[in-house]
Amino acid sequence: MEKLIEKLKVEIIEALNLEDMEPEDIDEKESLFGEGLGLDSIDALELIVLLEKEYGIKIQNPKDGQKIFFSIETMAQFIKENQK
Amino acid sequence: MKELFINKYCHIKNNKVFVDGELVFAESDADSLRAFAKSLYRHLKPSYNKFFKMDEISKLGFLAAEVLLGNVDLSEYQEDISVVLSNSHSTLITDKKHQATINDDNNFFPSPSVFVYTLPNIMIGEISIRYKLKGENAFFIVENFNANLIASHINNLFLTNKSKAFVGGWVNQSEDDFEAFLYFASKSGELVHNAMEVNRIFNVIA
Repeated sequence: MEKLIEKLKVEIIEALNLEDMEPEDIDEKESLFGEGLGLDSIDALELIVLLEKEYGIKIQNPKDGQKIFFSIETMAQFIKENQK
Repeated sequence: MKELFINKYCHIKNNKVFVDGELVFAESDADSLRAFAKSLYRHLKPSYNKFFKMDEISKLGFLAAEVLLGNVDLSEYQEDISVVLSNSHSTLITDKKHQATINDDNNFFPSPSVFVYTLPNIMIGEISIRYKLKGENAFFIVENFNANLIASHINNLFLTNKSKAFVGGWVNQSEDDFEAFLYFASKSGELVHNAMEVNRIFNVIA
């Protein structure tokens, strides 16, 4: 799980163009949207693409997005449970 | 008759930044717009995180606006500033980047953050968000900078009371070059806003 969290941090920095940010700057428990990393709706779409492209996981119910993308930790947990 | 005046102009060309014809910044080591924009951003320090999410041509337009408007008191006009820009390559570089993500049916992953920048007027949006500009906007695609087109459109907006102040110019990115020329015009000043003057200030550094 730890390795997956570190991998996710690198992928998110790359996919969301979070320049000047290093993986160690991101707290995996911190919320990705709002107060935390301050991501926006386009970033949310980018995260959906990332899940599909890198892990082959499609989110079936968009309502689940809020829970899955709460933090990097919740994303990693979701990937762990759903990756084939 | 109402008259409009050019108050300030900025030109970014050949890795150099000029304000009113005077060199204010140069980055000879930058080998791309991406590298130049990063260097100029660090020099200006606008502390605007969304900058890094923009495509390259929006970064160029944003930085040119930062140089042009950074020290200008816009409080008198804010709600009434229109932006009229032009270029020859639209968002071709970003369009190609987007195309590359959808060429292969077996690897079809269009990036939402790339796709949203596949229109040149998005750059106007980024500038408008930064400076809270709420006037009219237009983006023209023409082969070369056309001072008459920009000046006449702006003068028409001014004379028909659509706006009190304006940002006009040219922001272009091609495969091997980039250039931004922006000017600010309002109701008072010394340099009369017309096609001849706009053409002259565009060519000051040529």
